[in-house]
Amino acid sequence: MLLDWGYVAIFALIGAGMVALPLLIIWLISPRSNYPQKFETYESGVPTIGQAWSQFHVRYYLFSLVFVVFDVEIIYLYPWAVVARHLGALAFWEMLVFLVILVLGLAYAWRRGALEWT
Amino acid sequence: MSGEAVVFYLLAAVTLGSGAVIVTSGNIVHAAAALVPALLGVTGLYILLNAEFVAGIQVLIYAGAITVLILFAIMLTEGGTGLGGRQRNEQTAVGAAVAAAMAALLIAVAVRTNWAPPAAGATLPSYTPGAIGQSFLGRNILVFEGTSIVLLVSLMGAIMIARRED
Amino acid sequence: MSWGWEVLRAAAGTVIIFSGVALVAAMFGVLLERKISAWMQSRLGPKHVGPQGLLQTLADTIKLLQKENIVPTRADRTIFASAVIVVPLAALLDYVVIPFGTTRSGPLIFRDLNIGVLYFAATSSLVVIGILMAGWGSNNKYALLGGLRSAAQMVTYEIPMGVVLVTVALLAGSLSTVTIVNGQSGPHHLWYVLEQPVAFVIFLIAATAEVNRVPFDLVEAESELVAGYFSEYSGMRFALFQLGEYGEMFAMAAMAVTLFLGGWLGLPFLPPVLWFVIKLYAVIFVFMWVRWTYPRFRIDQMLSFSWKVLIPVSVLNLVVTAFFVIVVRR
Repeated sequence: MLLDWGYVAIFALIGAGMVALPLLIIWLISPRSNYPQKFETYESGVPTIGQAWSQFHVRYYLFSLVFVVFDVEIIYLYPWAVVARHLGALAFWEMLVFLVILVLGLAYAWRRGALEWT
Repeated sequence: MSGEAVVFYLLAAVTLGSGAVIVTSGNIVHAAAALVPALLGVTGLYILLNAEFVAGIQVLIYAGAITVLILFAIMLTEGGTGLGGRQRNEQTAVGAAVAAAMAALLIAVAVRTNWAPPAAGATLPSYTPGAIGQSFLGRNILVFEGTSIVLLVSLMGAIMIARRED
Repeated sequence: MSWGWEVLRAAAGTVIIFSGVALVAAMFGVLLERKISAWMQSRLGPKHVGPQGLLQTLADTIKLLQKENIVPTRADRTIFASAVIVVPLAALLDYVVIPFGTTRSGPLIFRDLNIGVLYFAATSSLVVIGILMAGWGSNNKYALLGGLRSAAQMVTYEIPMGVVLVTVALLAGSLSTVTIVNGQSGPHHLWYVLEQPVAFVIFLIAATAEVNRVPFDLVEAESELVAGYFSEYSGMRFALFQLGEYGEMFAMAAMAVTLFLGGWLGLPFLPPVLWFVIKLYAVIFVFMWVRWTYPRFRIDQMLSFSWKVLIPVSVLNLVVTAFFVIVVRR
């Protein structure tokens, strides 16, 4: 089993090298001409107004928050899916209780407007 | 040195190096981005311990969801500009003393523990998804249902706090 | 030194898969997209470079390799540069668990991990980090906004996809992709698309959203946000992001084939690898067909659709499936 992951590690390392290879090629062969206007940040052709960062809406944070909770729920579903067939009806009812509790959470988030874009 | 030991030291170096970047970097977004190699290093350590399911969910939850959450949270605040924050304040000496005491305690515990493997013939508990599923749907069912309540409460609490401005 | 032999095998497999993906997914896939979009719009597409335009993408890649490497002054160099590596690498890591067919000694897969399906979900979620880094590192309003919205979108659609993956794992009783394909073979089993049509549709929708394709490509449409999170990337870096996107699209299509369409299974008059390729391109054609048929959604419509429609439907589907599998003991 460790051998499996050794393969994956080699895949990742060599893969990172192969992805970096075109970058090495362009570093070697691409032309360079430096004049300051070229390196300015793009904003439809006009000089940039203010900085790129501005205070963003809290909705991004709320989306990722609800996502984390549901992601944790899904990781409980993975082992259950593997053994559920062998464990009988009790496994089904146990998981149903788990899912109902978390669907209640989704309903709460929906009611409180955490899932709205505005 | 066996192959496993080499891999262990490499992973430890990656994790601790990224940890050092996280703690000392002045740019908070750099610190958050350095979380990713740190968490992936821990993933490798889980794999070395034969816990591949835990490694998978470590990547899925920590490197995939929690890092995104932290990055979103940073971008909501001033830190999103990436400008340097203060790295030290007036209480550096007290902090260093507490850290040293904690380190001494942990090293003492680690040195005194009996790390010898169990008697020959004993096997590691199985960490496959099937075994984990049997465990929390069988003996630890109450813990499992309790976890869902904890998740629900944390979701509700966070939404209440975040939406309080309305 | 048997481990040296293993390292060599792993390295060879990696190079083959990477080159295969770069050729088939990125180069041929882009050309296919241009040709199919052209035929659907009653025009011809690229025809001059090579026979019937087959070398068009090769020419484009060579051109991009010679382009100047521009990094804006105000961009954060470390994060700007590392995002280019993270996105294609995470997309290409998906291919470790995809079975392409069978050989005499077993399935043709890079490595049949015990947690195959979970591994696939995990590497898909790593792409989100790369996109956030690209958006933030560019220090450009369009890129940052595009990156944040893209991350929010990908993250929202990972949940229905995860639930669908769990549903298929429930039917097969395992997280390993080879076991899932084998679970669709034999006299008493059907391809899972027939047992789980709802899950199949949800998977395709979630996959389209994960790779930022129309109708969910608001974050990178030219009329909306210039180019979204990769606005400031030029030349080969742009090509690497495209490699990441098309590679991920092909990986999602390959996973759809593995989970629902029986992987390499088919009648014996064609080798299994060829069956896999045929089904893969059928799913790719559906992706491209959808692209040129539907208008794009607004971001709030897209996110509401996932939270309020896809997640309840997929969870309900899971519960009903579980009822039949466990209680009724199909």
